Amino acid sequence: MTEQKRTVAIHVPVLARVEGEGALDLRIEDGDIRQLRLRIFEPPRYFEKFIEGRHYTEIPDMVARICGICPVAYQVTAAQAFEKLFGVELSPWARAMRRVFYCGEWIQSHSLHIHLLAAPDFFGCGNAIELARIAPDEVRRGLHIQGLGNELMDLFGARSVHPVGVRIGGFHGAPSLARIEAMRDKLRAALPEAEALIRWAAAIPMPPDDQAFVSVGMHHPDRYAIETGDIAASDGLLIGAEAYDEHFAEQHELHSTALFSTYHGKPYLVGPLARLNLNRDRLPANVQALLDDVGFELPSRNIFHSLLARAVEILLALQEALRLLDAYEVPDSPWGPVTPRAGIATGCTEAPRGLLWHRYEMDGDGRVVNARIVPPTSQNQGRIEEDLRLSLLNFGLDHPDEALRLHCEKIIRNYDPCISCATHFLCLNVERT
Amino acid sequence: MNAPNSRPSKPRVAVHKFSSCDGCQLAFLNLGEDLLALAERVDLVHFAEAGPLDPDTDVDIAFVEGSVSTPEDLERIRHIRAHSRLLIAIGACATSGGIQGLRNGADSEQWVAQIYSHPDAIHSLALSTPISNHVKVDFEIWGCPINSQQMLAAVKSLLFGVIPRDNADKVCIECKRHGYPCVMVSRGIACMGPVTRAGCGALCPGLGRDCYGCYGPAENANTDALAAQFRSQGLTSQAIVQRFQSINSQAPVFLAAADKTRSGSHD
Repeated sequence: MTEQKRTVAIHVPVLARVEGEGALDLRIEDGDIRQLRLRIFEPPRYFEKFIEGRHYTEIPDMVARICGICPVAYQVTAAQAFEKLFGVELSPWARAMRRVFYCGEWIQSHSLHIHLLAAPDFFGCGNAIELARIAPDEVRRGLHIQGLGNELMDLFGARSVHPVGVRIGGFHGAPSLARIEAMRDKLRAALPEAEALIRWAAAIPMPPDDQAFVSVGMHHPDRYAIETGDIAASDGLLIGAEAYDEHFAEQHELHSTALFSTYHGKPYLVGPLARLNLNRDRLPANVQALLDDVGFELPSRNIFHSLLARAVEILLALQEALRLLDAYEVPDSPWGPVTPRAGIATGCTEAPRGLLWHRYEMDGDGRVVNARIVPPTSQNQGRIEEDLRLSLLNFGLDHPDEALRLHCEKIIRNYDPCISCATHFLCLNVERT
Repeated sequence: MNAPNSRPSKPRVAVHKFSSCDGCQLAFLNLGEDLLALAERVDLVHFAEAGPLDPDTDVDIAFVEGSVSTPEDLERIRHIRAHSRLLIAIGACATSGGIQGLRNGADSEQWVAQIYSHPDAIHSLALSTPISNHVKVDFEIWGCPINSQQMLAAVKSLLFGVIPRDNADKVCIECKRHGYPCVMVSRGIACMGPVTRAGCGALCPGLGRDCYGCYGPAENANTDALAAQFRSQGLTSQAIVQRFQSINSQAPVFLAAADKTRSGSHD
């Protein structure tokens, strides 16, 4: 292509291989990006409004319905918020099993994303079924690991989509030792598969990219933060969930039904790569050694490392689940007593796609007065648009339309946007009359 | 009905999404290796979350997840119907309007104004409604979420050219079959099992907790008797209304039960 300037309008009406409904509009004029919008048009579902007046015991079952792919994140975050406000101390058993349960969701969601949604892009395939024709063993391995994640969730929740086991104060039931023993064998057998997955992911050629962004994720003093910890940023911020509003804000952009979040006025990254950028030193030693071995240097400023980051977190989650289940004993009671009280409940956890924050104002009977939920995808939305703009300039606007479209889609999928999650929410500055 | 397996090519299948959490599509995506086997038996021509995009082509079977909640949804579901030999509604959103049906009857304009700073940019219908309110539905699979067994059973039947068997029994039947002690009788828990459609395998009572009605109303559900039972267990009218007004709030049987409780409310 020569000096010739052209006007290009690329419109991707439905983004494939993302969860929910989104579209992309790109307009290039005279060699410049004139318009670039990730449009989220998934219909709003008003969750925060219709949980008003509901009793805290109902909330885990209701907020699960925000997302079929990460219901555990919503349930555990809500439970954590209420337990903190109500002064409930989880038993060591319940605390450990919440982490195991959550590991199941990471394993399921990450493996689904790698194999069914993201990887086909890098092999010139339109979908996983095509990918399975050229990489059958890898796709089968991925589906098997995804299945193990589902089984872990199933152990504590009786099903993996909208599980029914979380109860404020613990779990409704405890799996038998026989079921745990069977699960341990499967987890142990999957460890070499997860290591092979990391090596496979590390060998996929990724486009070079180098962008400055702030990583935001949770941080825990002595383990890799999943279901508990403080909120950290790569510029040094470290705060509790209750202080989120002092540093983060959301606004409504006209082209989206999801709100855009900013950190001190700017876009930021949440999700697996942000977590690894912040918490590499909290990974088990053998996982860190494997990262060195495959040459995965952290912190990384290349969002295309997200696929590998997910693979790394799959191994971490399998190991964590196995470690915690190795000490499993059936508890006297899977839950402890709860007495509600009025006040503000805040909670945060690391959903597979990144930081998830909840805030509930509760009355003295344990009913929700109002709620706000900030999902990871609305936090990443500003960063995705910023990334697309920079990456396209870097990639070169002279590429054919089809190549530009595919490049944009690859970038968007790096973030594993969950559009269903992002649209149900939220708002800052709710005016009440 | 023509037997699809007598056709020269594989049956063409589409999976469409409307307002939902994507959870019922996981009945496909969580199949593991069976997903690859299914892809050999049928031609998955449209399934945006899995990759294939071709919403305008004619298909033998269209699975539809989600409720109708925007003006565009209305056009799209009619278009899908016109291009599908069989249309199967999957999950609570598609069969009853789903949890987002809780906004029906609320002042959703005010809700939009409270959530979005540019309410004019939000296009939403006043009601979240099931697919069957708008087009002919050949079969409904109830549940929030549906599971892979339900979906596979439906696909197998359809491949043999028969409409799948509907199971509208009550969760209580599944509890008895599993030998679970009744949580209502033995522990006084306000369980929705007596009026809720089977299909999940009585998962909640199996964990010693209440069924919360996520599979929707069973056939011949005696909601009057259950509301009276809840009242005798000490539930307030508000709590009884909320039992019926949850995942499947707009299912006519649950809506009527809630209205009746409200109109008879004295507390």
